[in-house]
Amino acid sequence: MFALLVAQNIAFYIIAALMVVGALRVVTCKNLMHAALWLVLVLAGAAAQYILLASEFVAITQVLVYLGAIIVLFLFGIMLTRAKTGTDEDLDNKKSAKFIGGGIAVLLLGLMGYSLIDGFKDTEFGNLMVQRTAQVSDSIFSTYLLPFEVLSILLLAALIGAIVLARRD
Amino acid sequence: MTLLIASFAPPYWLSTLIKVLVISAVVPTTALILGMVFLFKIMSWMQSRLGPQEAGPRGTLQLLADGVKFLQKEDIAPNGADLWVFKVAPLVVLMSTLLLYVALPASMHLVVADLDVGVFFVLAIASLSVIGVLMAGWSSANKYSLMGALRAAGQLIAYELPMVLAVIGVVIQAGTMSLNGIVLAQNNGSIFGWGGIGFPYILTQFLGFFIFIAAVQAELTQPPFDMPVAESEIVSGYQVEYTGFRFLIFFLAEFATAFAFAAIAAVLFLGGWAVPWLPTASDWYYVLGPMVLFAKVMIVSFIIFWVRFTYPRFREDQLQSLAWKVLIPLALVNIVVTAVLKVVL
Repeated sequence: MFALLVAQNIAFYIIAALMVVGALRVVTCKNLMHAALWLVLVLAGAAAQYILLASEFVAITQVLVYLGAIIVLFLFGIMLTRAKTGTDEDLDNKKSAKFIGGGIAVLLLGLMGYSLIDGFKDTEFGNLMVQRTAQVSDSIFSTYLLPFEVLSILLLAALIGAIVLARRD
Repeated sequence: MTLLIASFAPPYWLSTLIKVLVISAVVPTTALILGMVFLFKIMSWMQSRLGPQEAGPRGTLQLLADGVKFLQKEDIAPNGADLWVFKVAPLVVLMSTLLLYVALPASMHLVVADLDVGVFFVLAIASLSVIGVLMAGWSSANKYSLMGALRAAGQLIAYELPMVLAVIGVVIQAGTMSLNGIVLAQNNGSIFGWGGIGFPYILTQFLGFFIFIAAVQAELTQPPFDMPVAESEIVSGYQVEYTGFRFLIFFLAEFATAFAFAAIAAVLFLGGWAVPWLPTASDWYYVLGPMVLFAKVMIVSFIIFWVRFTYPRFREDQLQSLAWKVLIPLALVNIVVTAVLKVVL
Protein backbone atom coordinates (compact mmCIF):
# COMPACT_ATOMS: atom_id res chain seq x y z
CA MET A 1 0.00 0.00 0.00
CA PHE A 2 2.82 2.41 0.88
CA ALA A 3 4.65 1.91 -2.45
CA LEU A 4 1.39 2.53 -4.32
CA LEU A 5 0.81 5.76 -2.40
CA VAL A 6 4.30 7.04 -3.22
CA ALA A 7 3.87 6.28 -6.91
CA GLN A 8 0.45 7.93 -6.87
CA ASN A 9 1.83 11.05 -5.23
CA ILE A 10 4.70 11.35 -7.71
CA ALA A 11 2.32 10.94 -10.65
CA PHE A 12 -0.05 13.49 -9.10
CA TYR A 13 2.64 16.16 -8.78
CA ILE A 14 3.99 15.61 -12.32
CA ILE A 15 0.52 15.83 -13.86
CA ALA A 16 -0.43 18.77 -11.64
CA ALA A 17 2.70 20.68 -12.70
CA LEU A 18 1.90 20.04 -16.36
CA MET A 19 -1.67 21.22 -15.80
CA VAL A 20 -0.52 24.45 -14.11
CA VAL A 21 1.91 25.22 -16.94
CA GLY A 22 -0.79 24.47 -19.49
CA ALA A 23 -3.35 26.63 -17.71
CA LEU A 24 -0.93 29.57 -17.52
CA ARG A 25 -0.14 29.22 -21.22
CA VAL A 26 -3.87 29.20 -22.08
CA VAL A 27 -4.27 32.72 -20.71
CA THR A 28 -0.87 34.14 -21.69
CA CYS A 29 -0.15 32.89 -25.21
CA LYS A 30 -0.87 35.23 -28.11
CA ASN A 31 -2.40 32.78 -30.55
CA LEU A 32 -5.99 31.63 -30.17
CA MET A 33 -5.34 28.16 -31.62
CA HIS A 34 -2.37 27.63 -29.32
CA ALA A 35 -4.48 28.66 -26.33
CA ALA A 36 -7.09 26.04 -27.28
CA LEU A 37 -4.38 23.39 -27.69
CA TRP A 38 -2.88 24.19 -24.28
CA LEU A 39 -6.40 23.76 -22.90
CA VAL A 40 -6.29 20.20 -24.29
CA LEU A 41 -3.30 19.54 -22.02
CA VAL A 42 -5.14 20.90 -18.96
CA LEU A 43 -8.30 18.87 -19.60
CA ALA A 44 -6.32 15.68 -20.36
CA GLY A 45 -4.43 16.25 -17.09
CA ALA A 46 -7.75 16.45 -15.24
CA ALA A 47 -8.76 13.10 -16.80
CA ALA A 48 -5.44 11.59 -15.68
CA GLN A 49 -6.02 12.83 -12.14
CA TYR A 50 -9.45 11.18 -12.09
CA ILE A 51 -7.77 7.90 -13.05
CA LEU A 52 -5.31 8.33 -10.16
CA LEU A 53 -8.35 8.76 -7.90
CA ALA A 54 -9.67 5.40 -9.21
CA SER A 55 -12.83 6.82 -10.74
CA GLU A 56 -12.56 5.55 -14.28
CA PHE A 57 -16.10 6.48 -15.34
CA VAL A 58 -15.55 10.18 -14.61
CA ALA A 59 -12.16 10.06 -16.35
CA ILE A 60 -13.53 8.52 -19.54
CA THR A 61 -16.50 10.90 -19.52
CA GLN A 62 -14.03 13.77 -19.21
CA VAL A 63 -12.19 12.52 -22.30
CA LEU A 64 -15.36 11.92 -24.32
CA VAL A 65 -17.12 15.18 -23.44
CA TYR A 66 -14.32 17.71 -23.02
CA LEU A 67 -11.56 16.46 -25.33
CA GLY A 68 -13.72 14.71 -27.89
CA ALA A 69 -16.54 17.22 -28.18
CA ILE A 70 -16.01 20.59 -26.51
CA ILE A 71 -12.39 21.14 -27.58
CA VAL A 72 -13.25 20.00 -31.10
CA LEU A 73 -16.08 22.55 -31.18
CA PHE A 74 -13.67 25.24 -29.92
CA LEU A 75 -11.13 24.43 -32.63
CA PHE A 76 -13.88 24.20 -35.22
CA GLY A 77 -15.25 27.61 -34.22
CA ILE A 78 -11.80 29.25 -34.19
CA MET A 79 -10.93 27.80 -37.57
CA LEU A 80 -14.20 29.02 -39.08
CA THR A 81 -13.69 32.57 -37.83
CA ARG A 82 -10.11 33.76 -37.17
CA ALA A 83 -7.61 31.01 -37.85
CA LYS A 84 -4.42 32.88 -38.61
CA THR A 85 -1.03 31.43 -37.78
CA GLY A 86 1.58 33.53 -35.95
CA THR A 87 0.98 35.81 -32.99
CA ASP A 88 -2.00 38.11 -32.62
CA GLU A 89 -1.21 41.29 -30.66
CA ASP A 90 -4.82 42.40 -29.96
CA LEU A 91 -5.42 39.12 -28.21
CA ASP A 92 -5.09 40.71 -24.78
CA ASN A 93 -7.20 42.32 -22.09
CA LYS A 94 -7.06 45.79 -20.54
CA LYS A 95 -4.94 46.22 -17.42
CA SER A 96 -7.98 46.61 -15.13
CA ALA A 97 -9.52 43.42 -16.50
CA LYS A 98 -6.26 41.56 -15.82
CA PHE A 99 -6.25 42.68 -12.20
CA ILE A 100 -9.88 41.68 -11.67
CA GLY A 101 -9.26 38.31 -13.29
CA GLY A 102 -6.15 37.71 -11.18
CA GLY A 103 -8.04 38.69 -8.02
CA ILE A 104 -10.86 36.27 -8.78
CA ALA A 105 -8.32 33.51 -9.44
CA VAL A 106 -6.61 34.06 -6.07
CA LEU A 107 -9.98 34.16 -4.29
CA LEU A 108 -11.07 30.90 -5.94
CA LEU A 109 -7.75 29.25 -5.05
CA GLY A 110 -8.16 30.23 -1.41
CA LEU A 111 -11.81 29.17 -1.24
CA MET A 112 -11.36 25.79 -2.95
CA GLY A 113 -8.10 25.07 -1.13
CA TYR A 114 -9.76 25.74 2.22
CA SER A 115 -12.84 23.66 1.45
CA LEU A 116 -10.73 20.74 0.19
CA ILE A 117 -8.43 20.74 3.22
CA ASP A 118 -11.37 21.20 5.55
CA GLY A 119 -13.45 18.53 3.81
CA PHE A 120 -10.91 15.72 3.55
CA LYS A 121 -8.60 16.41 6.56
CA ASP A 122 -6.41 13.31 6.96
CA THR A 123 -8.07 10.99 4.41
CA GLU A 124 -5.42 9.29 2.30
CA PHE A 125 -5.55 8.13 -1.30
CA GLY A 126 -5.08 4.49 -0.39
CA ASN A 127 -8.16 4.45 1.78
CA LEU A 128 -10.45 5.41 -1.10
CA MET A 129 -12.10 2.48 -2.82
CA VAL A 130 -12.02 1.93 -6.58
CA GLN A 131 -15.32 3.27 -7.84
CA ARG A 132 -16.93 0.79 -10.22
CA THR A 133 -19.11 2.16 -12.99
CA ALA A 134 -21.89 -0.23 -12.01
CA GLN A 135 -21.97 1.39 -8.55
CA VAL A 136 -22.20 4.84 -10.11
CA SER A 137 -25.13 3.84 -12.32
CA ASP A 138 -26.84 2.01 -9.45
CA SER A 139 -26.77 5.09 -7.26
CA ILE A 140 -27.83 7.40 -10.12
CA PHE A 141 -30.85 5.26 -10.95
CA SER A 142 -31.93 4.61 -7.37
CA THR A 143 -30.89 7.19 -4.76
CA TYR A 144 -30.46 10.13 -7.13
CA LEU A 145 -33.16 9.24 -9.65
CA LEU A 146 -35.21 12.44 -9.21
CA PRO A 147 -32.29 14.91 -9.53
CA PHE A 148 -31.06 12.93 -12.54
CA GLU A 149 -34.42 13.15 -14.30
CA VAL A 150 -34.75 16.85 -13.48
CA LEU A 151 -31.29 17.47 -14.94
CA SER A 152 -32.23 15.53 -18.08
CA ILE A 153 -35.33 17.68 -18.55
CA LEU A 154 -33.23 20.81 -18.03
CA LEU A 155 -30.72 19.72 -20.67
CA LEU A 156 -33.52 18.79 -23.06
CA ALA A 157 -35.08 22.23 -22.57
CA ALA A 158 -31.71 23.88 -23.26
CA LEU A 159 -31.31 21.77 -26.40
CA ILE A 160 -34.75 22.70 -27.74
CA GLY A 161 -34.12 26.33 -26.80
CA ALA A 162 -30.86 26.36 -28.77
CA ILE A 163 -32.60 24.94 -31.83
CA VAL A 164 -35.44 27.50 -31.57
CA LEU A 165 -32.94 30.37 -31.28
CA ALA A 166 -30.84 29.11 -34.19
CA ARG A 167 -33.72 28.51 -36.60
CA ARG A 168 -34.61 31.45 -38.81
CA ASP A 169 -38.10 30.45 -39.93
CA MET B 1 2.13 -25.62 -24.20
CA THR B 2 -1.08 -23.75 -23.45
CA LEU B 3 -0.77 -24.48 -19.74
CA LEU B 4 2.71 -23.04 -19.78
CA ILE B 5 1.40 -19.78 -21.21
CA ALA B 6 -1.48 -19.77 -18.73
CA SER B 7 0.84 -20.04 -15.74
CA PHE B 8 3.14 -17.23 -16.90
CA ALA B 9 2.72 -14.41 -14.35
CA PRO B 10 5.47 -11.78 -14.68
CA PRO B 11 5.99 -8.91 -12.22
CA TYR B 12 4.25 -5.59 -12.88
CA TRP B 13 7.15 -3.80 -14.60
CA LEU B 14 7.87 -6.76 -16.91
CA SER B 15 4.23 -7.23 -17.91
CA THR B 16 3.96 -3.50 -18.62
CA LEU B 17 7.10 -3.62 -20.76
CA ILE B 18 5.80 -6.65 -22.67
CA LYS B 19 2.44 -4.95 -23.24
CA VAL B 20 4.07 -1.78 -24.58
CA LEU B 21 6.33 -3.79 -26.92
CA VAL B 22 3.48 -5.98 -28.15
CA ILE B 23 1.21 -3.01 -28.87
CA SER B 24 3.95 -1.12 -30.70
CA ALA B 25 4.62 -4.21 -32.82
CA VAL B 26 0.96 -5.11 -33.40
CA VAL B 27 -0.20 -1.67 -34.58
CA PRO B 28 2.11 -1.34 -37.64
CA THR B 29 1.65 -5.05 -38.44
CA THR B 30 -2.13 -4.76 -38.59
CA ALA B 31 -1.81 -1.68 -40.80
CA LEU B 32 0.53 -3.59 -43.10
CA ILE B 33 -1.78 -6.60 -43.30
CA LEU B 34 -4.86 -4.52 -44.11
CA GLY B 35 -2.94 -2.41 -46.62
CA MET B 36 -1.43 -5.41 -48.33
CA VAL B 37 -4.50 -7.65 -48.43
CA PHE B 38 -7.21 -5.07 -49.08
CA LEU B 39 -5.68 -1.88 -50.48
CA PHE B 40 -3.51 -3.74 -52.99
CA LYS B 41 -4.85 -7.23 -53.63
CA ILE B 42 -8.61 -7.09 -53.06
CA MET B 43 -8.91 -3.58 -54.52
CA SER B 44 -7.17 -4.53 -57.76
CA TRP B 45 -9.22 -7.73 -57.91
CA MET B 46 -12.48 -5.78 -57.53
CA GLN B 47 -11.41 -3.26 -60.14
CA SER B 48 -10.23 -5.94 -62.62
CA ARG B 49 -6.56 -5.01 -62.71
CA LEU B 50 -3.33 -6.67 -61.66
CA GLY B 51 -2.15 -4.43 -58.83
CA PRO B 52 1.47 -4.44 -57.66
CA GLN B 53 3.39 -7.44 -59.02
CA GLU B 54 7.10 -6.68 -58.78
CA ALA B 55 8.19 -6.40 -55.12
CA GLY B 56 8.43 -9.83 -53.53
CA PRO B 57 6.36 -12.91 -54.48
CA ARG B 58 3.24 -11.67 -56.34
CA GLY B 59 3.92 -8.14 -55.11
CA THR B 60 3.24 -8.90 -51.44
CA LEU B 61 6.18 -6.80 -50.21
CA GLN B 62 5.07 -3.67 -52.08
CA LEU B 63 3.87 -1.91 -48.94
CA LEU B 64 7.19 -2.53 -47.15
CA ALA B 65 8.99 -1.05 -50.14
CA ASP B 66 6.64 1.95 -50.01
CA GLY B 67 7.32 2.32 -46.29
CA VAL B 68 11.08 2.38 -46.85
CA LYS B 69 10.56 4.91 -49.63
CA PHE B 70 8.59 7.19 -47.28
CA LEU B 71 11.30 6.94 -44.62
CA GLN B 72 13.97 8.02 -47.12
CA LYS B 73 12.10 11.15 -48.19
CA GLU B 74 13.07 14.60 -46.99
CA ASP B 75 11.11 15.95 -44.02
CA ILE B 76 9.57 19.12 -45.49
CA ALA B 77 7.38 21.67 -43.70
CA PRO B 78 5.72 24.59 -45.54
CA ASN B 79 7.18 28.06 -45.08
CA GLY B 80 4.22 29.63 -43.27
CA ALA B 81 3.50 26.55 -41.16
CA ASP B 82 3.20 26.58 -37.41
CA LEU B 83 6.12 24.17 -37.03
CA TRP B 84 5.48 22.80 -33.58
CA VAL B 85 1.81 22.02 -34.11
CA PHE B 86 2.57 20.76 -37.63
CA LYS B 87 5.01 18.19 -36.31
CA VAL B 88 2.96 17.02 -33.34
CA ALA B 89 -0.33 16.57 -35.25
CA PRO B 90 0.42 13.12 -36.80
CA LEU B 91 1.59 11.89 -33.41
CA VAL B 92 -1.73 12.89 -31.81
CA VAL B 93 -3.57 10.84 -34.43
CA LEU B 94 -1.23 7.88 -33.90
CA MET B 95 -1.59 8.12 -30.12
CA SER B 96 -5.35 7.83 -30.37
CA THR B 97 -4.87 4.69 -32.49
CA LEU B 98 -2.40 3.15 -30.02
CA LEU B 99 -4.79 3.80 -27.13
CA LEU B 100 -7.60 2.01 -29.02
CA TYR B 101 -5.61 -1.22 -28.84
CA VAL B 102 -5.32 -0.99 -25.07
CA ALA B 103 -8.86 -2.22 -24.44
CA LEU B 104 -9.13 -4.81 -27.23
CA PRO B 105 -9.31 -8.36 -25.85
CA ALA B 106 -7.59 -11.08 -27.92
CA SER B 107 -8.67 -13.67 -25.34
CA MET B 108 -9.83 -13.64 -21.71
CA HIS B 109 -6.41 -12.60 -20.41
CA LEU B 110 -4.62 -11.45 -23.57
CA VAL B 111 -5.64 -7.83 -23.14
CA VAL B 112 -3.58 -4.84 -22.07
CA ALA B 113 -6.18 -3.54 -19.64
CA ASP B 114 -9.43 -5.42 -19.06
CA LEU B 115 -11.51 -2.33 -18.36
CA ASP B 116 -14.89 -2.42 -16.68
CA VAL B 117 -16.18 0.04 -19.26
CA GLY B 118 -14.18 -1.10 -22.30
CA VAL B 119 -16.77 -0.04 -24.88
CA PHE B 120 -17.09 3.42 -23.36
CA PHE B 121 -13.29 3.82 -23.26
CA VAL B 122 -12.92 2.82 -26.91
CA LEU B 123 -15.59 5.26 -28.07
CA ALA B 124 -14.07 8.09 -26.01
CA ILE B 125 -10.55 7.45 -27.32
CA ALA B 126 -11.73 7.17 -30.93
CA SER B 127 -12.94 10.77 -30.74
CA LEU B 128 -9.44 12.06 -29.93
CA SER B 129 -8.02 11.70 -33.44
CA VAL B 130 -10.11 14.68 -34.60
CA ILE B 131 -7.90 16.97 -32.53
CA GLY B 132 -4.86 15.76 -34.47
CA VAL B 133 -6.65 16.22 -37.79
CA LEU B 134 -7.68 19.78 -36.87
CA MET B 135 -4.12 20.56 -35.73
CA ALA B 136 -2.72 19.22 -39.01
CA GLY B 137 -5.18 21.16 -41.15
CA TRP B 138 -4.70 24.46 -39.36
CA SER B 139 -0.92 24.39 -38.91
CA SER B 140 -0.21 23.64 -42.59
CA ALA B 141 -1.17 27.26 -43.46
CA ASN B 142 -2.88 26.07 -46.62
CA LYS B 143 -6.49 26.74 -47.54
CA TYR B 144 -7.09 23.22 -48.83
CA SER B 145 -5.75 21.82 -45.58
CA LEU B 146 -7.99 24.10 -43.56
CA MET B 147 -11.08 23.15 -45.55
CA GLY B 148 -10.19 19.48 -45.27
CA ALA B 149 -9.83 19.78 -41.50
CA LEU B 150 -13.15 21.62 -41.20
CA ARG B 151 -14.88 18.92 -43.23
CA ALA B 152 -13.22 16.22 -41.14
CA ALA B 153 -14.34 17.83 -37.88
CA GLY B 154 -17.93 18.27 -39.06
CA GLN B 155 -18.02 14.69 -40.28
CA LEU B 156 -16.46 13.12 -37.21
CA ILE B 157 -18.74 15.03 -34.82
CA ALA B 158 -21.79 14.00 -36.85
CA TYR B 159 -20.88 10.30 -37.01
CA GLU B 160 -19.73 9.87 -33.45
CA LEU B 161 -23.35 10.03 -32.28
CA PRO B 162 -24.77 7.17 -34.40
CA MET B 163 -21.69 5.12 -33.47
CA VAL B 164 -22.24 5.54 -29.72
CA LEU B 165 -25.99 5.02 -30.07
CA ALA B 166 -25.54 1.86 -32.16
CA VAL B 167 -23.32 0.35 -29.49
CA ILE B 168 -25.88 1.04 -26.74
CA GLY B 169 -28.18 -1.66 -28.15
CA VAL B 170 -25.45 -4.26 -27.65
CA VAL B 171 -24.67 -2.96 -24.17
CA ILE B 172 -28.34 -3.22 -23.17
CA GLN B 173 -28.55 -6.77 -24.46
CA ALA B 174 -25.31 -7.93 -22.86
CA GLY B 175 -25.94 -6.05 -19.62
CA THR B 176 -22.29 -5.01 -19.40
CA MET B 177 -19.89 -2.49 -20.91
CA SER B 178 -16.84 -4.71 -20.53
CA LEU B 179 -15.63 -6.03 -23.90
CA ASN B 180 -14.77 -9.41 -22.37
CA GLY B 181 -18.17 -9.48 -20.70
CA ILE B 182 -19.85 -8.92 -24.08
CA VAL B 183 -17.82 -11.78 -25.61
CA LEU B 184 -18.81 -14.12 -22.76
CA ALA B 185 -22.47 -13.10 -22.97
CA GLN B 186 -22.57 -13.94 -26.67
CA ASN B 187 -20.76 -17.27 -26.50
CA ASN B 188 -22.49 -18.58 -23.38
CA GLY B 189 -25.90 -17.43 -24.59
CA SER B 190 -28.45 -19.52 -26.43
CA ILE B 191 -31.21 -18.88 -28.96
CA PHE B 192 -34.48 -20.13 -27.40
CA GLY B 193 -32.55 -22.78 -25.51
CA TRP B 194 -30.44 -23.86 -28.51
CA GLY B 195 -26.79 -23.06 -27.87
CA GLY B 196 -25.40 -24.39 -31.16
CA ILE B 197 -23.84 -21.14 -32.29
CA GLY B 198 -24.04 -19.23 -29.02
CA PHE B 199 -25.89 -15.97 -29.52
CA PRO B 200 -23.93 -13.55 -31.72
CA TYR B 201 -25.58 -10.15 -31.43
CA ILE B 202 -25.52 -9.56 -35.16
CA LEU B 203 -28.72 -11.64 -35.25
CA THR B 204 -30.71 -9.25 -33.07
CA GLN B 205 -28.64 -6.10 -33.51
CA PHE B 206 -28.32 -6.21 -37.27
CA LEU B 207 -29.51 -2.60 -37.51
CA GLY B 208 -26.90 -1.63 -34.91
CA PHE B 209 -24.21 -3.46 -36.90
CA PHE B 210 -25.19 -1.63 -40.08
CA ILE B 211 -25.17 1.78 -38.36
CA PHE B 212 -21.88 0.99 -36.62
CA ILE B 213 -20.16 0.00 -39.87
CA ALA B 214 -21.49 3.10 -41.66
CA ALA B 215 -20.23 5.31 -38.82
CA VAL B 216 -16.85 3.55 -38.82
CA GLN B 217 -16.57 4.22 -42.53
CA ALA B 218 -17.17 7.91 -41.87
CA GLU B 219 -14.81 8.03 -38.86
CA LEU B 220 -12.05 6.56 -41.01
CA THR B 221 -12.75 9.21 -43.69
CA GLN B 222 -12.87 6.47 -46.30
CA PRO B 223 -14.97 6.51 -49.48
CA PRO B 224 -17.91 7.06 -49.75
CA PHE B 225 -17.28 9.48 -46.87
CA ASP B 226 -13.85 10.77 -47.93
CA MET B 227 -14.68 14.48 -48.37
CA PRO B 228 -11.96 15.54 -45.88
CA VAL B 229 -9.26 14.13 -48.17
CA ALA B 230 -11.17 14.33 -51.47
CA GLU B 231 -8.26 14.55 -53.89
CA SER B 232 -10.35 15.77 -56.81
CA GLU B 233 -11.86 18.69 -54.85
CA ILE B 234 -9.40 19.79 -52.18
CA VAL B 235 -6.30 17.89 -53.36
CA SER B 236 -5.73 15.84 -50.20
CA GLY B 237 -7.31 17.89 -47.46
CA TYR B 238 -5.44 18.07 -44.20
CA GLN B 239 -2.70 15.69 -45.44
CA VAL B 240 -1.67 17.81 -48.42
CA GLU B 241 1.47 19.34 -46.88
CA TYR B 242 2.75 16.15 -45.24
CA THR B 243 5.51 14.08 -46.82
CA GLY B 244 7.90 11.33 -45.81
CA PHE B 245 7.48 9.65 -42.46
CA ARG B 246 4.88 12.14 -41.22
CA PHE B 247 2.59 11.09 -44.04
CA LEU B 248 3.49 7.48 -43.28
CA ILE B 249 2.25 8.01 -39.71
CA PHE B 250 -1.13 9.24 -40.99
CA PHE B 251 -1.31 6.22 -43.28
CA LEU B 252 -0.38 3.77 -40.51
CA ALA B 253 -2.88 5.35 -38.13
CA GLU B 254 -5.69 5.16 -40.68
CA PHE B 255 -5.23 1.47 -41.40
CA ALA B 256 -4.48 0.47 -37.82
CA THR B 257 -7.63 2.32 -36.75
CA ALA B 258 -9.58 0.45 -39.43
CA PHE B 259 -8.29 -2.81 -37.95
CA ALA B 260 -9.14 -1.71 -34.41
CA PHE B 261 -12.68 -0.70 -35.38
CA ALA B 262 -13.16 -3.97 -37.25
CA ALA B 263 -11.99 -5.78 -34.11
CA ILE B 264 -14.45 -3.81 -31.98
CA ALA B 265 -17.26 -4.67 -34.40
CA ALA B 266 -16.18 -8.33 -34.26
CA VAL B 267 -16.25 -8.26 -30.46
CA LEU B 268 -19.60 -6.47 -30.24
CA PHE B 269 -21.52 -8.30 -32.93
CA LEU B 270 -19.72 -11.52 -33.93
CA GLY B 271 -18.65 -13.00 -30.61
CA GLY B 272 -15.07 -11.72 -30.45
CA TRP B 273 -12.23 -14.12 -29.65
CA ALA B 274 -14.35 -17.15 -28.81
CA VAL B 275 -16.07 -19.87 -30.84
CA PRO B 276 -19.27 -21.37 -29.39
CA TRP B 277 -18.06 -24.99 -29.60
CA LEU B 278 -15.23 -24.51 -27.11
CA PRO B 279 -16.07 -23.38 -23.56
CA THR B 280 -14.88 -19.82 -22.93
CA ALA B 281 -12.86 -20.90 -19.87
CA SER B 282 -10.65 -23.22 -21.99
CA ASP B 283 -6.89 -22.60 -21.89
CA TRP B 284 -6.77 -23.15 -25.65
CA TYR B 285 -7.93 -19.56 -26.12
CA TYR B 286 -4.46 -18.30 -25.22
CA VAL B 287 -3.46 -19.52 -28.70
CA LEU B 288 -6.82 -19.78 -30.48
CA GLY B 289 -8.29 -16.47 -29.26
CA PRO B 290 -6.08 -14.15 -31.35
CA MET B 291 -6.58 -16.37 -34.44
CA VAL B 292 -10.38 -16.46 -34.09
CA LEU B 293 -10.47 -12.69 -33.54
CA PHE B 294 -8.20 -12.15 -36.54
CA ALA B 295 -10.45 -14.24 -38.78
CA LYS B 296 -13.52 -12.27 -37.68
CA VAL B 297 -11.65 -8.98 -38.12
CA MET B 298 -10.84 -9.97 -41.68
CA ILE B 299 -14.53 -10.63 -42.41
CA VAL B 300 -15.57 -7.21 -41.04
CA SER B 301 -12.64 -5.47 -42.79
CA PHE B 302 -13.73 -7.07 -46.05
CA ILE B 303 -17.15 -5.40 -45.72
CA ILE B 304 -15.55 -2.05 -44.84
CA PHE B 305 -13.12 -2.11 -47.75
CA TRP B 306 -15.66 -3.57 -50.16
CA VAL B 307 -17.77 -0.45 -49.65
CA ARG B 308 -14.65 1.71 -49.84
CA PHE B 309 -13.62 0.39 -53.23
CA THR B 310 -17.01 0.33 -54.91
CA TYR B 311 -19.00 3.43 -53.90
CA PRO B 312 -18.51 6.96 -55.25
CA ARG B 313 -18.15 9.92 -52.89
CA PHE B 314 -21.19 11.55 -51.26
CA ARG B 315 -21.76 15.30 -51.35
CA GLU B 316 -21.08 17.20 -48.12
CA ASP B 317 -24.79 17.94 -47.44
CA GLN B 318 -25.79 14.35 -48.23
CA LEU B 319 -23.24 13.21 -45.66
CA GLN B 320 -24.68 15.40 -42.92
CA SER B 321 -28.31 14.56 -43.67
CA LEU B 322 -27.51 10.84 -43.73
CA ALA B 323 -26.09 11.08 -40.22
CA TRP B 324 -28.68 13.35 -38.63
CA LYS B 325 -31.85 12.34 -40.49
CA VAL B 326 -31.34 8.62 -41.07
CA LEU B 327 -28.70 6.97 -38.89
CA ILE B 328 -29.38 8.75 -35.57
CA PRO B 329 -33.20 8.25 -35.63
CA LEU B 330 -32.70 4.61 -36.65
CA ALA B 331 -30.22 4.11 -33.80
CA LEU B 332 -32.68 5.67 -31.32
CA VAL B 333 -35.48 3.37 -32.52
CA ASN B 334 -33.08 0.44 -32.16
CA ILE B 335 -32.33 1.42 -28.55
CA VAL B 336 -36.03 1.75 -27.66
CA VAL B 337 -36.95 -1.60 -29.24
CA THR B 338 -33.98 -3.37 -27.62
CA ALA B 339 -34.78 -1.91 -24.20
CA VAL B 340 -38.47 -2.90 -24.44
CA LEU B 341 -37.64 -6.44 -25.59
CA LYS B 342 -34.99 -6.79 -22.87
CA VAL B 343 -37.60 -6.01 -20.22
CA VAL B 344 -40.42 -8.05 -21.80
CA LEU B 345 -38.50 -11.22 -22.73
